[in-house]
Amino acid sequence: MENTNLKAPLRVSESKKEVTILFAGDSGDGIQLTGSQFTNTSALFGNDISTFPSYPAEIRAPQGTIAGVSGFQLNFGSIEIFTRGDRCDVLVVMNAAALKANLDKLKIGGAIIANIAGFDKKNLKLAGYLDQRNPLEDNSLGKYRVIEIDVTKLTREALKDSTLGMKEKDRSKNMFVLGFLYWMYNRELAMTEKFLQEKFAKSPELIESNLAVLKAGYNYGDTSETFTTRYEVKPAPMPKGTYRNMMGNQAVAIGLVAAAQQADLPLFYGSYPITPASDILHELSKHKNFNVRSFQAEDEIAAITSAIGASFAGNIGITASSGPGIALKGEALGLACILELPLVVVNVQRGGPSTGLPTKTEQADLMQAFYGRNGEAPIPIIAASSPKDCFDTAFEAVRIAVEHMTPVFMLSDGYIGNGAEPWKLRSASDLPKITAPLIRKPNAGEAFLPYKRDEKGVRPWAVPGISGLEHRIGGLEKEDLTGNVSYDPENHEKMVKLRAEKIDKIALSIPLQEFDNGFHTGKLCILSWGSTYGAVKTAVKEMVEEGYAISHIHLRYIFPFPGNLEQLLSGFDHVLVPELNNGQLVKIVRSEFLIDAKPLNKIKGLPFSSLEIREAAEKYFV
Amino acid sequence: MSTTAESPKYTAKDFSSDQEIRWCPGCGDYSILKQVQTILPEIGVERENVVFISGIGCSSRFPYYMNTYGMHSIHGRAPAFASGLKIANPDLSVWVITGDGDALSIGGNHLIHLLRRNFDLNILLFNNEIYGLTKGQYSPTSPEGKVTKSTPMGSVDHPFNPLALAAGADATFISRAMDRDPIQLRDVLREASEHKGTSLVEIYQNCNVFNDGAFEVFTDKRTKANTTIFVEHGKPMIFGENKNLGLRLDGATPVVVDLEAGEFSIDDLWVHDKTSRAKAGILMRCFETPGAGAYGIPRPFGVFYRENRACYEDLLHNQIKTAYERKGEGNLDALLRGSNTWTIG
Repeated sequence: MENTNLKAPLRVSESKKEVTILFAGDSGDGIQLTGSQFTNTSALFGNDISTFPSYPAEIRAPQGTIAGVSGFQLNFGSIEIFTRGDRCDVLVVMNAAALKANLDKLKIGGAIIANIAGFDKKNLKLAGYLDQRNPLEDNSLGKYRVIEIDVTKLTREALKDSTLGMKEKDRSKNMFVLGFLYWMYNRELAMTEKFLQEKFAKSPELIESNLAVLKAGYNYGDTSETFTTRYEVKPAPMPKGTYRNMMGNQAVAIGLVAAAQQADLPLFYGSYPITPASDILHELSKHKNFNVRSFQAEDEIAAITSAIGASFAGNIGITASSGPGIALKGEALGLACILELPLVVVNVQRGGPSTGLPTKTEQADLMQAFYGRNGEAPIPIIAASSPKDCFDTAFEAVRIAVEHMTPVFMLSDGYIGNGAEPWKLRSASDLPKITAPLIRKPNAGEAFLPYKRDEKGVRPWAVPGISGLEHRIGGLEKEDLTGNVSYDPENHEKMVKLRAEKIDKIALSIPLQEFDNGFHTGKLCILSWGSTYGAVKTAVKEMVEEGYAISHIHLRYIFPFPGNLEQLLSGFDHVLVPELNNGQLVKIVRSEFLIDAKPLNKIKGLPFSSLEIREAAEKYFV
Repeated sequence: MSTTAESPKYTAKDFSSDQEIRWCPGCGDYSILKQVQTILPEIGVERENVVFISGIGCSSRFPYYMNTYGMHSIHGRAPAFASGLKIANPDLSVWVITGDGDALSIGGNHLIHLLRRNFDLNILLFNNEIYGLTKGQYSPTSPEGKVTKSTPMGSVDHPFNPLALAAGADATFISRAMDRDPIQLRDVLREASEHKGTSLVEIYQNCNVFNDGAFEVFTDKRTKANTTIFVEHGKPMIFGENKNLGLRLDGATPVVVDLEAGEFSIDDLWVHDKTSRAKAGILMRCFETPGAGAYGIPRPFGVFYRENRACYEDLLHNQIKTAYERKGEGNLDALLRGSNTWTIG
């Protein structure tokens, strides 16, 4: 048949393994929504994906300014993805401030998609461009490919028949950008169409307008002759199975619920709102039909103490916060430690000290978790490595707390708490059972000894309501076995040691440490924990493939360490510990194992890039 | 709670633990402990369902002496522990034991939030107007000018009026009693235990070591009749050695009248109405140091205010029940699956 479509420009389709896009604009521009829609659509398509939103600390910082720029970075590919992407291939900017704030994140030769309506004199001035010099016009962007689109004008045109007001019309301009990117990356609109229909179910006019703009954006790519290249990012070779998208904080909440179900106990969640941990409270509050009792307490102290009260009554007491809130919980943590009741404390870390950088990520609360209490008060610490790993880590935190009758710290941070990635579905029947040491009758003839321990050093959990087990517990040092108040010097030392031994014995119930990558001996081992996982994994993977004698160990269990960690580290000439702090795990490793581990620190409120890890690692091979 | 008052299942001794009591000899805490142990068998609660939660301070040793479940927690936080406990198990009979420093200084925040939420539990606030356990510093209820170790020139802090504070937090049960009037104390404790909601019982308690005699004007037999009044719902406010004095409301101002002077009779007196928030407010403000002689406003004791309001734990569990009714018991597989999935392979 003769091709009559003569008008269609010649299209080039380029295949890419991995693409990183950063959407940036005013915090009111719908950036987060645009990013998460592109994420969901790409995940559904079968790409592996990792995302990282960044918000301004102020809810509505002045429009058009650098302070008000909100961003959403996503890295998707036909290969396995472990990080949000070091540098971007595509930078979408809705205004001049968004460009100025993010240009350094764009690869040389990368594409800038700019909404030129956001580059008028006013916006240029607000963004702080000298003499309102327009970067789109002064050749300063020569190293990049600039695609200028008057998104605002085109959006208004697409809605010229709509009765919506101008402000409401302009609000859907993010859909134009999304539609354009869907065209650029060969994506279907279906998932976003469905999303819009659900989101605006009560307002058919808004469904119609958003759909119209989304399609206009797509068609603009299709018909405008400016763009000759489309990209193809094939599905990733992910293990077969059914997937969902999982955000870190959401995964914490779901992991906690799953663990409570597997322990067959009610879940009590005491919490005070704090960035970036509040989403855990929001998520748990939705799941009341799993016997979840969520309690928004009057402050951080009440959040943890109410959780301890609930644990005393036989619930799994849980609280979460971020650094400043954890500081307030310190005294209660010591109490939970001496009472020997189950308690899970999640710290979604952020930049510190003090209020610090509430919306930025950091790993600087490790020492706080280790030592942040008066007296000898050891508390187990485990850390999540990625958004999806928050599920397993939260589950494991509950297991340790309940089975070992102890408070447990679970460390996450802003990067993985707000980040998202695909999660291969698990079925409830695959999850282990959790066994609480509940006791229902006296354990010493007629008498009940609340601090009589089992072979793991664990005391029984006696819940009010059971006749014959009435007992008193408290923050004063207690006599071994009876739990009665005791000031006896010998007894105090004994109890301190017994409590410490109980925690040490947890090492027997956790898996031995394995290498994430590399041989068991070699020149350099990178020892990482928490959210640095993806960047380190990516860097080490490349280097191993290139033949470097480099290995990678990533810790989930930080206290107690897995029993074989010291032996594993002894197989290397050098140990490098990258952390988003001024050197914390490295100090613990040095003092624990007497090895000359070296720090690699970044304290900018931002995750490591894999390049930064690689550059530091390469120095050991010159 | 099937045990009736006629055939108590327990005696006071059943509520006494085997621990040696370590309060100073002569401390007012002994009397309070005894009255609590006396009324518990009467109110028909099973011993295993009773939990005493305390903070820090002399009074907070209380749970160790009770043969029930108990927790000696951390300074000021007992109300928050009790809140979690009550959410976890609403059937428990929970008693918060606290003092003026514990409840009103370091724990002031938790106290007001507990009161507004109206958990069904009882707070016994031992008020001795001094920090005893730390050996004698002024407390948030010490009067202005109080000379203590930390205020050698007298305190310049204006004291809290604990009952007015409770009213400000919309407490549903506000009462006052004293260690040295065991009969009245037991009456107030019984009514507090019956009240569904947070019952605040302020108990004047003598610290015979660091603040001896702080309440002597109310407890001394020679002055008590003229300086105190025990208010009872529906009864006129009469006091005085020969029941010869009364309180009359002149507008919103309480006035002491002499019933023998002929000007006013019992019919003119203020009749106590514990359901009236406004009048309870006036009663709480009868707080000045009793005046010289017989005509100062007496310090009121008894139950000032009582109101029925839904309890937090009931509302919370109703929501859980509703969630079960609407969505059915949670299905973990469905939760793990979420709303959007895709399949590979």
